[in-house]
Amino acid sequence: MTIGRRVAVIVFPGSNCERDVAYAMQLLGADPELVWHRETDLSEFDGVILPGGFAHGDYLRTGAIARFSPVMTEVERLADAGTPVLGICNGFQILCEAGLLPGALVANRDLKFICRPVHLRVESTDSVLTRAATVGDVLRIPLNSFEGNYVAPAPVLDDLENGGVVLRYSDADGSVSDAANPNGSLNNIAGIANGGGNVAGLMPHPERAIETVLGSTDGRILLESFVASLDRVTA
Amino acid sequence: MTQVRVSITRKDGLSDPEGVATRRALLDLGYDVGEVHFGRIINLEVDDTDEASVRAAVTAMCERLLANPVIEDYSIEVLS
Repeated sequence: MTIGRRVAVIVFPGSNCERDVAYAMQLLGADPELVWHRETDLSEFDGVILPGGFAHGDYLRTGAIARFSPVMTEVERLADAGTPVLGICNGFQILCEAGLLPGALVANRDLKFICRPVHLRVESTDSVLTRAATVGDVLRIPLNSFEGNYVAPAPVLDDLENGGVVLRYSDADGSVSDAANPNGSLNNIAGIANGGGNVAGLMPHPERAIETVLGSTDGRILLESFVASLDRVTA
Repeated sequence: MTQVRVSITRKDGLSDPEGVATRRALLDLGYDVGEVHFGRIINLEVDDTDEASVRAAVTAMCERLLANPVIEDYSIEVLS
């Protein structure tokens, strides 16, 4: 069992999903703690989540300033050591800025803030975000972002397509098309992981789809994957 | 003090939704324009008067923070 595995939910000035993430972690049997971004020692934790929000006001670029918050040196150390690290929405943007994940997130194709459930197809189970899922599963999870449009230079994208893409925007049947692409992301990319699979990021919010009352429980499998990954490695 | 202007633009070939939307509006207004790209201008004061070392310092700032080299290009103008 993974009960009691400790998860640091990092709080930056402007984070706003940290409590939802902590609630979800607790519901799924982990032991979350909100950790202020100036903390420099996370050695007591088995995993780290960077939650959504607008860290440091999203000034300059989304995630650009958060990436230099004191805690990030420690997050990078843990990521290198194989500890599960997950970035959700703004947290994903921060991981990209930090270079822990490739590419970047820019303004949505239609320049609209998108706030609605989207469908995601699981593309790979080789990550802390998807290991409990099955390739081809279609999940319905809320997307809530203005800068969710995934971009990367062609060579980076080619490299990523060798197993690094874990979730793609699809329709309800799992078909991936431009019509099912809410924000213009290259290759409909909604979530990716690093080569080791221990660092993952996605734009949609799985923590908002964990109980029937929220309209969907499809986010559970993703967060359960993360919780199940916590006892695999300790840095 | 040296005044420096940094201009940051999206790399060629990466989507620039603001540029595309603005181009569409310009075409609607009857202006025959090709590609439109948005960028960002950052004016900095650097406490140093040696141009070479100012350039080196601002280049480092661009690489580390001001620009995202994955998606952006930057240029540096030393103004005074």
